[in-house]
Amino acid sequence: MDYFVQQLINGITLGSIYGLIAIGYTMVYGIIGMVNFAHGDVFMVSAFIALIAFLILTTWLGITSIALALFIVLIVSMLFTALVNWTIERVAYRPLRGSFRLAPLISAIGMSIFLSNFVQVAQGPRNKSIPPMVRGDFTLLNGGGFSVALSYKQLIIWGVTAALLVVFWYVVAKTPLGRNMRACEQDQKMAALVGVDVNRTVAMTFVIAAALAAIAGTMYLMNYGVLSFSDGFIPGVKAFTAAVLGGIGSLPGAVVGGLLVGLIEVMWSGYVSIDYKDVAAFSVLAITLIFLPQGLFGRPDVEKV
Amino acid sequence: MSETSNTVGAAPGRRFDGIAALKDAGFTTLVAFGLLLPLVGFQTVTDVRNVLILQTRFPLLVALTACIGVGRLAYACSISPWLERRAARPVVAARPARFDGWAIAGTWFVPFAIGFVIVYPMIVLAVNGRAGAVTWIDNFGIQILIYVMLGWGLNIVVGLAGLLDLGYVAFYAVGAYSYALLAKTFGLSFWILLPLAGCLASFWGLLLGFPVLRLRGDYLAIVTLAFGEIIRMVLINFVALTNGYAGISSIPRPTFFGIPFNADDDGFAARFGLEFYPIYRTVFLYYLILALALLTAFVTVRLRRLPVGRAWEALREDEIACRSLGINTTNTKLTAFAIGAMFAGFAGSFFAARQGFISPESFTFLESATILAIVVLGGMGSQIGVAIAAIVMIGGTEILRQLDFLKSIFGQDFDPTQYRMLLFGLGMVLMMRWRPRGLITRRTPSVFLKERKSIAADFVKQGHFTEGAG
Repeated sequence: MDYFVQQLINGITLGSIYGLIAIGYTMVYGIIGMVNFAHGDVFMVSAFIALIAFLILTTWLGITSIALALFIVLIVSMLFTALVNWTIERVAYRPLRGSFRLAPLISAIGMSIFLSNFVQVAQGPRNKSIPPMVRGDFTLLNGGGFSVALSYKQLIIWGVTAALLVVFWYVVAKTPLGRNMRACEQDQKMAALVGVDVNRTVAMTFVIAAALAAIAGTMYLMNYGVLSFSDGFIPGVKAFTAAVLGGIGSLPGAVVGGLLVGLIEVMWSGYVSIDYKDVAAFSVLAITLIFLPQGLFGRPDVEKV
Repeated sequence: MSETSNTVGAAPGRRFDGIAALKDAGFTTLVAFGLLLPLVGFQTVTDVRNVLILQTRFPLLVALTACIGVGRLAYACSISPWLERRAARPVVAARPARFDGWAIAGTWFVPFAIGFVIVYPMIVLAVNGRAGAVTWIDNFGIQILIYVMLGWGLNIVVGLAGLLDLGYVAFYAVGAYSYALLAKTFGLSFWILLPLAGCLASFWGLLLGFPVLRLRGDYLAIVTLAFGEIIRMVLINFVALTNGYAGISSIPRPTFFGIPFNADDDGFAARFGLEFYPIYRTVFLYYLILALALLTAFVTVRLRRLPVGRAWEALREDEIACRSLGINTTNTKLTAFAIGAMFAGFAGSFFAARQGFISPESFTFLESATILAIVVLGGMGSQIGVAIAAIVMIGGTEILRQLDFLKSIFGQDFDPTQYRMLLFGLGMVLMMRWRPRGLITRRTPSVFLKERKSIAADFVKQGHFTEGAG
């Protein structure tokens, strides 16, 4: 039981990170109907930006307050990653809109290869590790020689994820920008006719997706403390799994899917085999797509002639 | 980069707008600075105490930013007006002369190209001698031909049947591991295992193809990607069988129909009364992969004329129409998957035999992406296009390995190979912007009534994933 609770805590933590990335996939798919293959690498880039910002703040500027440092790192990472994703959309995807459907996917794969290799060339191929940012934990249960711990960093991840999801939900549901986004998602041509600037809305979608990925990247860095240029691919595919599981195009679905994928992965490595944890996540993706292609919250894809 | 950034400079009938070009270049510079500042301006280095520290590289940052800004300005001043003038030129409705030129080139290109690849090792041997020729035949010849063959194999699945497969490398891996394990365990020869590896790979093609048949477009791509990764992870973790990350080494090399290529008395050189050189094996491997690749191309050409080949292309153009005409789409898709996988299996067993060592590292997603990129850049369905794309992409990255003279310009630390994949990714993006439908977009129908006519790309739908999202 204790072990199960501990795994549950770890799973929710991991799931929050996946959920944040998954929103990026689901938003972009919803609005322009493409799988943004480079999103996992945008996440990785954001984690690198966070790492560099953290090092500047702590070693050069000598900021000792972790809370303040973390806050600034989060903001810096969100801003720069948003710029990166905005540029990617502008350079690699927008000229291909209206082209045949494989073109943006290939372009996105190329972008993904470019980003990970750019980081490899610019920052070196070795793993980057930093001392833990946040130490300490609560002991929740203690019995039978096994204690269940909820660390502060996990608590921060839950709190930040929840808070930003509320902000994000507010933006999509209540603001003019969110209304434009929902309009473009339903019918781009019609939205353009009633005066929505489609290009701007799509660009803003990428910016928001990048900001959420940057939060995930910062949380990932804080949780693991180790980073490498190749860290974008596997979390990227898992987050895509989450988006598909929740029903691609559905925002609450992405969050629920993220939590589910995180839990499945952690439970699988806890109870079955840690070597095959990635296989478990990929199998979930395949099984979902084969038996439940519309996901948990998605609309069924109607085949039209 | 505002909405009009692609049209700054001289629009037709408008004078060149220097201020707008400058503004645009300034904006681009600003964006480039923002993009490069964190990752290029600062570098994270592990110091002697094993602690991560920061170093600055501001000169490099400024240089790169300036390059991008100046490049953008040059683009706005020279290339962009030229492109617009070209676009504004009146379109000549019918230019039969140009099509004839294409037709003549098309008739002569293939025999010439095949003739060239057959005599290529001899030319290289004559020019470079026995010692210098190995690099040219091995790195350029064999390496490129493997990818040509993989590209042609995947072309059946993606180009003809229109099924987007991102996990093709899994079948390549199945072929390679089948050969390696069976040859090492049972000592079977390459010539028995080659067809066997093809059969095993195509069996896996069927196995993986079956559940994913209901999926279309992007979803199919992602599931095949997942399957490819699952197979790779099983190869990594099933240590008892595959030896995990360490891989399988000392795999038996192929023999010349039973005669090994070594310096022994019963070796190839001794039997034929030649002096021993390792180049004989390389040349033999070259002709082996050439034969396999040409077999792939030949089978594809013949299959296109059979009912199953025509069904593939019909499926690519419109699945619903295909089903209403009574074509069994399940069987059609499965045959495409299985035959494509079979050729990957052949290529895989050749790869294992050539390298003598295989590990899961050779079968990453990047390989799948490379092969898919070759097919798409070449123009899906076009065999000549795929071959050209393979030569450009693989040959281009191989050339980067040979650019040692750049070290004298940029200093000894400069290693051109590390920019290989960087340029590769950038190339994929640029190619999609420049020619999203690939190099060769024209189609010749496999069956025709009176005369053979090419079909321009605009009339080809190229797969059921062309349908818009909405």
